[in-house]
Amino acid sequence: MGLIARRLAQLVVVVILSTLFAFALLRLFPGDAADAVIPYGTAAQKAKFRADTGLDQPFFQQYATWLGNLAQGDFGKDYQSNTPVADKLQTALPVSLQLMLYAQIMALVVAIPLGVLTAYRAGTKSDRAINAGAFALLALPSFVLALALAYWVGVKWHPDIPLLGQVPVSGYEPGWLEAVFGAPTGDLGKHFATMLLPSVALAAGLVAVYMRLLRSDMIATLQENYITMARSKGLSDGHILWRHALRPSSLTLLTVAGLNFGTLVGGAVAVEVIFQIPGIGTLIYQAINARQLVELQSYIAIIAIGYVLINFVIDALYVVLDPRIRRARA
Amino acid sequence: MPAPDGDPMPDDPTRAEPTRADPMPGLVGEATRGRPIDAGTIEMAAVETGPEVRRLRKKGLGIAAWLSIGWIALVVGLAILAPVLPLDDPKASITDIARRGPFADAGSAPGHLLGGDFNGRDMLSRLIWGGRTTLLVATSAVIIGFVLGGILGLLGGYFRGKVDVVVSLLLDVFLAIPAVILALALVTILRTQPGTSGGGLDPEVALILALGLVSIPVLGRITRASTLSWSQREFVLAARAQGAKHRRILWREVLPNVLPAMMSIALLGIAVAIVSEGTLAILGASVETDTPTWGNMIAIGRINLQRAPHIVFEPALMIFFTVLALNMLGDVVRSKLDVREGAL
Amino acid sequence: MSTPGTALLEVTDVATWFDTDRGLVHAVDGVSFTLERGRTLGIVGESGSGKTVLSRSIMGLLPKKGIVRHGSILFDGVEIGHATPKQMRRYWGANMAMVFQDPMTALNPVMKVGKQITESIRNNLDVTRSFARELAVSLLESVRVPDPERRMGEYPHQLSGGLRQRVCIAVALACGPQLLLADEPTTALDVTVQAQVLDLLEKQQRERFMALLLVTHDLGVVAGRADEVVVMYAGQVVEKASTATLFSDMKMPYTEALVRSIPKIAQPSHTRLTAIPGRPPDLVDPPKGCRFAARCPYVQDRCRDEQPPLRPGVVPGHEFRCWFPVGTPEGAEALARNHAAGVGTGTT
Repeated sequence: MGLIARRLAQLVVVVILSTLFAFALLRLFPGDAADAVIPYGTAAQKAKFRADTGLDQPFFQQYATWLGNLAQGDFGKDYQSNTPVADKLQTALPVSLQLMLYAQIMALVVAIPLGVLTAYRAGTKSDRAINAGAFALLALPSFVLALALAYWVGVKWHPDIPLLGQVPVSGYEPGWLEAVFGAPTGDLGKHFATMLLPSVALAAGLVAVYMRLLRSDMIATLQENYITMARSKGLSDGHILWRHALRPSSLTLLTVAGLNFGTLVGGAVAVEVIFQIPGIGTLIYQAINARQLVELQSYIAIIAIGYVLINFVIDALYVVLDPRIRRARA
Repeated sequence: MPAPDGDPMPDDPTRAEPTRADPMPGLVGEATRGRPIDAGTIEMAAVETGPEVRRLRKKGLGIAAWLSIGWIALVVGLAILAPVLPLDDPKASITDIARRGPFADAGSAPGHLLGGDFNGRDMLSRLIWGGRTTLLVATSAVIIGFVLGGILGLLGGYFRGKVDVVVSLLLDVFLAIPAVILALALVTILRTQPGTSGGGLDPEVALILALGLVSIPVLGRITRASTLSWSQREFVLAARAQGAKHRRILWREVLPNVLPAMMSIALLGIAVAIVSEGTLAILGASVETDTPTWGNMIAIGRINLQRAPHIVFEPALMIFFTVLALNMLGDVVRSKLDVREGAL
Repeated sequence: MSTPGTALLEVTDVATWFDTDRGLVHAVDGVSFTLERGRTLGIVGESGSGKTVLSRSIMGLLPKKGIVRHGSILFDGVEIGHATPKQMRRYWGANMAMVFQDPMTALNPVMKVGKQITESIRNNLDVTRSFARELAVSLLESVRVPDPERRMGEYPHQLSGGLRQRVCIAVALACGPQLLLADEPTTALDVTVQAQVLDLLEKQQRERFMALLLVTHDLGVVAGRADEVVVMYAGQVVEKASTATLFSDMKMPYTEALVRSIPKIAQPSHTRLTAIPGRPPDLVDPPKGCRFAARCPYVQDRCRDEQPPLRPGVVPGHEFRCWFPVGTPEGAEALARNHAAGVGTGTT
């Protein structure tokens, strides 16, 4: 219990510091923020802006107000279109979350069997070939892959080749998660079609990382005594690989998958822009182009908080998966 | 290996293959692997490839390593020599070759090996000049990260206690925000905004600073993990017992041992920085598009993806091969220089 | 099924070599013995003597690559010495089972104890899930694990060392094998628990009429519990005899040294422990003469030049490998000569 309390405290501290930092970004801006956010506003409007955002107030007082606003769901607004950021987030967050989720699932579905297979056949030609492929995949940035997919599917194959050629390379159809956020849902079939290429573009790099990670952990696990004992019971290789070796080897994979939500956001931003998916990445892109610093601040804060929370959840999941840690923590 | 999306997080602990020299490790010696599993272990593993590492059977480097070195040398050489090479002006338009593909196509622009972009600018020249800028930005950024992150990591790992708490907290905060987002925000904030009351930096400088700041936490963490483990070795205790000052120990004893891990991560970091520049460029946060970088060439070429894909894919391939070569080198550096640790 | 009296296990001239960077390691180099159901054979030797590799070779639990095997292993009349893992799998669990040295690492740490027993049952026997569970519980009872129902749902780290080893024994016995190999089953346990576990093995063997192969470095373990003992050194059998003969009429100096090195309660306190000086030879390039020569108090020139073969002793069934055996005139002379010259006390 003491350990969880400590982690929670750490969590709070990191959240505070990162939101502080996000908040401070606006203050770091060299020049007048009002000029950037509402460049065509009147002097009065700019003054009101400065008052609203508290640019003239003491730093920490304004930070406290801002944080309070965040907690109540007031994320500021886009001054150009005069839309509250919260509304934008309502439609955009589920989009990005679904994208990252699909990418992770896709990556795990491909990487786990590959990892098990290459660990089982470590050192053979097929193992080396797959490893070389994974290494090359690591060097391929997701935006390059996204562009390549957009080109091949959108230009070369579309619309002549059936099925594959029909996959859309731009645009978005709402899916299922929107319901949780109170946004309209859409046709699931079309939804998955629009999300297919972006997910693949994001997943490819992850596959390489996950596969190598699982492989090296499995190779080490397979040398353990209990694997030999399992063999001596007459269990088949498949049974041993999947039921005995996989679970103890999957913990590092879990950590990395969790930590990768941060990486995913970075890649998702570019992928969303390329495939014109209206997620939080696109919002950030637009905010930067329109120099909506207030909006940007909120996005960064949300991402930071989300990331920290996810890590906390991953940590908690550990305890469930590995009974040894349960005991160590007790 | 860092995932190629601009987040410089090394997360691949290369563990051992079973070596022929120790066919049944469970028999001859009891190697119980009772390691606690947490994120720290991943870093430790990335840092300290322990005695289970495959022994140095192959002398010299493989062909893949040599190819990588060759490619890097080529790219760096061209980048350095760009001003004196007989290249077309990367900013000048030659209308004839606009959107003409590279030599393989019929109807190519003669005399322009890699075709032209949508403005008619020579692609070959833009690629080389682009490489120059891209590499300059990436390397400068990593140097910043190396120095600052290194200092932080050394201090935290060596002195531990309160210093480490502060350092770790600092690094954790930086890591809480995905690197690309952070870099994006920093670039936006730092660079000169047209139409505002002055202030701000040259976009290239802003980019370097942003990418540099973003690479601090990763290099800091690795340095810290490595320093933590090396600081606990006997020779450090021995030096302390002999009355050596901290500064001396850090400089003479700890740093040389930590350096190999840092070097390998630095190489990977440059690769990541190149990719980050690309990601930022797509989002409109790289240097002005008149000055080519591989990233912004892709960004502006996007519109023409359908008609003239080479504008996008030529710089994309440059990024891919360079990152591949850097990853390979980083791997090689790590495995070669860590033999000393293996002997322990 | 073999009838009592005929050999369940016939090991003839078995050798297992490992192909490593440095060369071929002759871990097991020409071992022969037989074992019948209902009998216990003790295999004794220090670390590196090849006893563990031998037991793994008999089971067929060796790594896939880099192994060279010779000789014949007949199990119930069927040759299994060169069987593939797939072929061996039919035997594992159902016909032959193994108890490993360290119960902590032998059990899967993230799998419940009960499951580790039932999975063996369900894999080898065609029974329902509930029957397997009942069988597992009764197995735990028979190995004297208290509160077996509760233990089924626990994880290995929640059990003490002795209990863990009992669980391992339960796993091994689950499908009623005819041959049980126990590889240093008590080495990792507290002394107080060791006797209990050995007693348990003995009892189970009697009740199930199994052949028991007891591998250990501790002569004391085999003293009261084995019918026959094989002493191994550097991959070879150096003495083989019934337990009584071994202790009363040992011939190989190594055996003598082993017996001497057991500390005895009857000795006065502060009696020096007799260790055997020196280390076993390099198995990649074994010496051409007797492998114990470098450490033997009886060593003579002939020992270094010529490897002694296994010769039968006076009592039938007793074999040993020595030119100047203990308790013989040649042996006594050799010893005296060495003492006088101040050599042969085992410096490498």
